Amino acid sequence: MTFVSISNLQVYRGEAHVIHDVSFDVAEHGVTALLGRNGVGKTTTLLATMGLLPASGSITVGGVEVVGKPTHHIARLGVGYVPEDREVFSTLTVGENFRLAERSGSEPRYDLVFDLFPDLKGRLGQSAGTLSGGQQQMLSIGRALLNPASLLLIDEPTKGLAPTVVEDVVQALVTATSDTTVVLVEQNLWVAAHLAKHAVVLDQGMVVYQGDMETLASNPDLAGKYLGVAVR
Amino acid sequence: MSSFVLLTISALGLAGLYFLLASGLSLIFGLMSVLNLAHGAFFAVGGYAAWFVMDSLDALSPGPRFVVAVLASAAVGAVAGAVVELGLIRKLYGKHTEQILLTIGLGTAAVALMGGWFTFDPRLLAQPAWFGNTTAILGANVPNNRLLILGVAILLFAGLMVFLTRTRHGLIIRAGVENPSMVRALGIDVSRSFTLVFSIGGLLAGVGGALGAVFFNGINPSLGTAQLIFAFIVVVIGGLGSIPGTAVASVLVALTQVYVNNYGATGMGSISVVVLLAAILLIRPQGLLGKVQA
Repeated sequence: MTFVSISNLQVYRGEAHVIHDVSFDVAEHGVTALLGRNGVGKTTTLLATMGLLPASGSITVGGVEVVGKPTHHIARLGVGYVPEDREVFSTLTVGENFRLAERSGSEPRYDLVFDLFPDLKGRLGQSAGTLSGGQQQMLSIGRALLNPASLLLIDEPTKGLAPTVVEDVVQALVTATSDTTVVLVEQNLWVAAHLAKHAVVLDQGMVVYQGDMETLASNPDLAGKYLGVAVR
Repeated sequence: MSSFVLLTISALGLAGLYFLLASGLSLIFGLMSVLNLAHGAFFAVGGYAAWFVMDSLDALSPGPRFVVAVLASAAVGAVAGAVVELGLIRKLYGKHTEQILLTIGLGTAAVALMGGWFTFDPRLLAQPAWFGNTTAILGANVPNNRLLILGVAILLFAGLMVFLTRTRHGLIIRAGVENPSMVRALGIDVSRSFTLVFSIGGLLAGVGGALGAVFFNGINPSLGTAQLIFAFIVVVIGGLGSIPGTAVASVLVALTQVYVNNYGATGMGSISVVVLLAAILLIRPQGLLGKVQA
């Protein structure tokens, strides 16, 4: 069953026409990886879905049109966002970052977050700017998971992390995303293949592949052609 | 020694005025990237509100009347800030050239309007007798009005810090100064905070106007605009959006200005402040307590 439907999406960033008439669907529950080489418009697609960039065309989340809606309305539909580069509030403490994410009308899920990232529990009073890259990523993901989310938009969660931290983050995402619809942008094909059932590949602002993640990851020709990577 | 103490406490009183004018500017620029060149008008409007109360509320004795005058200047400043944000600035977020033109025009029009209404001659603020008395501190006879201005500024600084660090609105403002888009992505309507911050900025500048009328022995329409340049210097030295930075920079700028004027050459104080600004920008471009912009 389709949960997110993107059709005829067009997005400009300044003068640049980044997304050209993109259409694809995201199935309810499970992870859909949004893949492609650098600069093809993956992050732009997430930003447009979150209302952080103006767009034309249509994006529906759970049947609700979100194009043209303010970002805070989209977030309150139950859309959680983990941005590229984490974007934690570095001058606030870890606890304040979480308190900011608390929403009236829903009980914050601190138990879930601290089960996934126990390291953060002892750092609530620490300034978020002094956390390591991995801890900041945990905070960014934890902040998005604090409220029940029907859709999670996760942008390169393993970017710039040490291999051991990547494994921790992937393990946490496997647990956290089991009952949620997730759109995952990821450059690391191993991570994408580990987490996602479905894949959508963008190239030059257009969809060039939409289908099974396993098929894509297990086919070196396909992966090489669309992603420019060799699959081992 | 006594003249040094007197100068220092007078400078700290001036620092209090700079803080009241600059803290709102700093929050407004930090959160909304709006360079509010009309902010000096809030200062003057607050000063006239205080003058009006002191001049017309004869039923109260001067002490309580001054308290009412300061509260009135705070209220008038807060309302003016909210009206400017809701009525004018809200339509122009992200349009920096238009914002600058609008706020220059608004500031100029406000000064002309107040000049037409009250004339450009200073209006003397009736003051409680206690203000004219002195208190002996380390051998110096310090005018009580300087101590009052300093005390009110410290009280408002403490109140602002409590608001910013202990309340949810304060948390949203601090986060919004750093990354307003991410605050929205957490489901928070940050534009409500924009009005609140303009209102707080107007309130602080309004109180600054009431106390400025005491410090400068009267209020005139361009008093706020004349102080605005120093407030901008304070904001840049302190670091955009940092209230503790604004407080530290206010003290630094006022002390530099007063010491150079008195121990150097008269009139050199203002130039020395510009030199101080240039030196700090060279050493620490983000300001004393500012954050490096990504």
